[in-house]
Amino acid sequence: MSDLDTTEHVLPGNAPGEDVIFELRGDADFDTAEMSLSIGPAHPATHGVLRVVLDMDGERIRDARPVIGYMHRGFEKLAEYRDYRQIMALTNRHDWLSGFCNELGVALAVEKMMEMEVPDRAQWIRMLLAEWNRVLNHLMFIGSYAIELGAITPMFYAFREREEIQYLLESATGGRLHFTYNQPGGIKIDLPKGFLRQSVEELATMRARLPDYVDLVLGNEIFQARTKGIGPLPPEVALAYGVTGPSLHAAGVPEDSRVTEPYLKYGELDVRVPTGDNGDSFDRFAVLLGRIEASLDIIEQIHDHIGPGPVNTKLPKIVKAPEGATYVRTENPLGQLGYFLQSDGSKNPWRFKMRTPSFSNVQALPYLLRGQLIPDAVAILGSVFFVVGDVDR
Amino acid sequence: MTAAVLDPAVVEGLVAQSASLLTLDNFWLSALLKILLCTVMLMVVSLVGGYLEHKAMAHLQNRNGPMEAGWHGSLQLVADGIKFIQKEDIVPQAADRLVFAVAPGVALVPVLLGFLVIPLGPGVWAEDLELGLFYALAIGSIGVLGILMGGWASANKFSLMGGIRAAAQLIAYELPLILAAAAVAIQAGSLSLVDIVESQATMKIFGTVSMWFVFPQLLGFAIFVTAALAELSRPPFDMPIADSELVFGYMTEYTGIKFAMFLLTEYGGMVFMSALISVLYLGGWQPLPGVGLPGCEAVGGIADCGALGTLLGVGITLGKIMAIIFFMVWLRVAYPRLREDQLQKISWLVLIPLSLANIVVVAIGKVAL
Amino acid sequence: MSITTPTKAPFGVGLLKGLGVTLKFLFKKPATVQYPHVKPDLPPRTRGVIALFDENCTVCMLCARECPDWCIYIDSHKEKLPAQKEGGRERTRNALDRFAIDFALCMYCGICVDVCPFDALFWSPEFEYSEYDINGLLHEKERLREWADTVPPPPALDDGADSPAEVADAIAAKENELEAAHAKSEQAEQAEEAAGDDAPPKTKPAAKTGTNVADMHVEGAGEQIDQAVYDEQIAAGKSERMARAKAKAAWVRAQKKAKLAEQEASGGDGGGDEPAADAGASTDAPPKQALADVHVEGAGEIDQAVYDEQIAAGKSERMARAKAKAAWVRAQKQKQLDDEEGGDA
Repeated sequence: MSDLDTTEHVLPGNAPGEDVIFELRGDADFDTAEMSLSIGPAHPATHGVLRVVLDMDGERIRDARPVIGYMHRGFEKLAEYRDYRQIMALTNRHDWLSGFCNELGVALAVEKMMEMEVPDRAQWIRMLLAEWNRVLNHLMFIGSYAIELGAITPMFYAFREREEIQYLLESATGGRLHFTYNQPGGIKIDLPKGFLRQSVEELATMRARLPDYVDLVLGNEIFQARTKGIGPLPPEVALAYGVTGPSLHAAGVPEDSRVTEPYLKYGELDVRVPTGDNGDSFDRFAVLLGRIEASLDIIEQIHDHIGPGPVNTKLPKIVKAPEGATYVRTENPLGQLGYFLQSDGSKNPWRFKMRTPSFSNVQALPYLLRGQLIPDAVAILGSVFFVVGDVDR
Repeated sequence: MTAAVLDPAVVEGLVAQSASLLTLDNFWLSALLKILLCTVMLMVVSLVGGYLEHKAMAHLQNRNGPMEAGWHGSLQLVADGIKFIQKEDIVPQAADRLVFAVAPGVALVPVLLGFLVIPLGPGVWAEDLELGLFYALAIGSIGVLGILMGGWASANKFSLMGGIRAAAQLIAYELPLILAAAAVAIQAGSLSLVDIVESQATMKIFGTVSMWFVFPQLLGFAIFVTAALAELSRPPFDMPIADSELVFGYMTEYTGIKFAMFLLTEYGGMVFMSALISVLYLGGWQPLPGVGLPGCEAVGGIADCGALGTLLGVGITLGKIMAIIFFMVWLRVAYPRLREDQLQKISWLVLIPLSLANIVVVAIGKVAL
Repeated sequence: MSITTPTKAPFGVGLLKGLGVTLKFLFKKPATVQYPHVKPDLPPRTRGVIALFDENCTVCMLCARECPDWCIYIDSHKEKLPAQKEGGRERTRNALDRFAIDFALCMYCGICVDVCPFDALFWSPEFEYSEYDINGLLHEKERLREWADTVPPPPALDDGADSPAEVADAIAAKENELEAAHAKSEQAEQAEEAAGDDAPPKTKPAAKTGTNVADMHVEGAGEQIDQAVYDEQIAAGKSERMARAKAKAAWVRAQKKAKLAEQEASGGDGGGDEPAADAGASTDAPPKQALADVHVEGAGEIDQAVYDEQIAAGKSERMARAKAKAAWVRAQKQKQLDDEEGGDA
């Protein structure tokens, strides 16, 4: 390339950020230009407002730069001006697909600071709902990933299942996405009568329907041709970028804080962590399905454990965490969610730092996208499961 | 006098032997009827096909589909059309305005012209060209020009990429399509679509078992259907409009009536290709292999039918078209899309060698049997 | 074996399976509903809209203060109430002038409903109040009061739930009473047995099984373990913690099964002979009856006249039904009250 001329041309766009920069290489007779293609912030492949700027050579990606922050809502700062009850309502909105797991993290952090004893029944109910929430989240990604590869049907099936589970959770919490069911020391109110029976029924329905997704998507030869060997993420790279959750498990690292550092009562259960061998897009999707199956197994075990008792502890009129700091990590559906809570003893946290799984997972995108084709880029973007609200906070 | 020009006895060459019911003494009336036939195929049958796509897709996905406009949403596409007409016609600032405006028409007109040679029933066709099959395949490949024009003129990277993908895809799949059709022409001994249908009525394997071409040419049928799906950019070969990659490909910048024309092209193309498949392989208007239409006097395959037989024949052809459209929809529902390079590989490394082999086998069979 | 375990299948099987799965649903009833024509049946806890019983509001401002995005607007003035007794002091009372919620700001967290100390705020599953203009989402107390009629009664709690304090007290009192009665009857029984009569054996199981019919929870869950399972798990190389958990679960399962068997057995021989009083001895019966007392029986019925009137006034079907129901219940209560007064007189 050194003997060829390299010139940079700028084609002004309507806004400064939309300038198209051509880098021309070669002689005057046959110019090939690199094209800068901006996928997002409003593009069907990036469900949400993530923008990925691709430097393209034809359909081949030379470099990729994720541009985040379009959805920054300042959760960490907002939390400093909210009391702990209000923070619960706030945190189930950053990753809107796993609201319950998010607020659970806050509750655990506050309880750890206040050294509260949470009744057993509350802990089991929390786990039950957290696992259902996990199933909800994964169903969403199973549908959306298939739709990114052009298969439209799994989305509809997944939403049918999601609707049933959301109805189940709504009957207990009153919410479909933003549950706001936790409170420091337990949960707001006990389950309604018949919830556990419905939960058992829904468990059977879900188990009966899971094979459909295997037949429709995972076993499909076209799907395998599109995903096998595409965007492999080696375990050491994944760990270096801080990738967690299904993407890390697909790389063969079974790091799951429900097993390695159990919180609530997960230590008493048999928690299976499905892992993949190659860490490619296919494995990431297969792990997602496997995690649904594992979550259903956990739900079945929880049904056996829920005993009678109180579900919350008596709270002071104003919940104040004592001075100090704590860090709580939980296994969210998308990976490790960490909350760092520093309190100066008032009713608001002094600092509330989130370590969200999507943010770290997105960091691996440039590594994964470099040298791929545009259609593969979509297959990779979809398989590094993230929620943009969780990235931007 | 003008009518005499169309008389097959007078002019040899392009116009073939079978008389259409629509060919009347009055030239203008007969021209009107023929235009009407093509327009009905494009505007009515295509919309029925589109409605079938909406509904079949919905039920395969465990939902209802359109339910509001008309009985069970049967007027949904009409309502959509009215909506499209009312929409603002947006032309991007950087677009090549003339090319941008012409492109949907260039895509749509070939489909309309393609219906000219499709025989729907005994005597129900606009023209029976001697080179009908050639004409149909040739006119069908003009449409890609409109797509390429639309993709280029939009001044949008996604559109451009979609247009170029479409061009590459259509060129790659033109070949297996033509080669598979050539095998049919060899077996029928004619390029006239009417002849092809009629020769399926009389065709017998080993002199006893009546058959359509789909049975001896199962391989050719599979190749033709696959290539037709790719030609139509239907899933799993819908890369030119892959919505998750290219937003909507060459249609990204189109709005209003121009967009509706592209959509109509897609539905019309589906009907056209389905009609071609049913004519080439599925015996056209014949209800079953070896079974003629009621009220038809069949002499050497050329049938003279009453009103009932003619109508029934048209109905059977349309039924076959809808069945093939349903199959296309079913594939769309069940499969993800392939990648561009995989698509090219399938064409050049699998379909073209297979279709060549198919021609050889058919030719040998034609000579030997 | 996991469902994601790869299976070796010849090429094309996956493609055919995909066709099969979708074809299966072609012949099934669609899972969707035609929304505006068919309304969803939402659970009573659904956070649809915040309803206000303005009669209960004392303008304590707790809701407005606790609201995370300050979307509740309250105005009030002080009213002087005349002294109740001759020579007593005048009292002041807060009167509500304005109570408005901006649903464009509301994040539906439910904190206002939770903190309200006077039962003035409730969640209603009503959700159809979208507007073309964002300003239209600011609803004043008149509109919020209308929604109060659509608030469903709270669902009964799960069997394993702790009863609320007042209900628990009532249960304890009733239990004491029953225990005393039971002791008495047992004494009488012993006396009978002592007298040499061959007493019918029905009373004993009846008295016992009557106490625990619907409640399937096993006491002592969490402490007791199934030793056999525990040993087995330990032998299988599981951790102490895991083995204990499994053994606990096994014990609870076994107990539940035993109870079920017991109930079935007793239901078979003595069910019909159980006196009504014994059936009432089941632990959760008293709160149920207490609840039933509050509600008018058949509270699902509606006042047709009111319903028609509401429909004629252009209200939604749901709203009209709610209003008609409320009207019916009011009328019934009034009637009961009148009856009682009439009886007293």
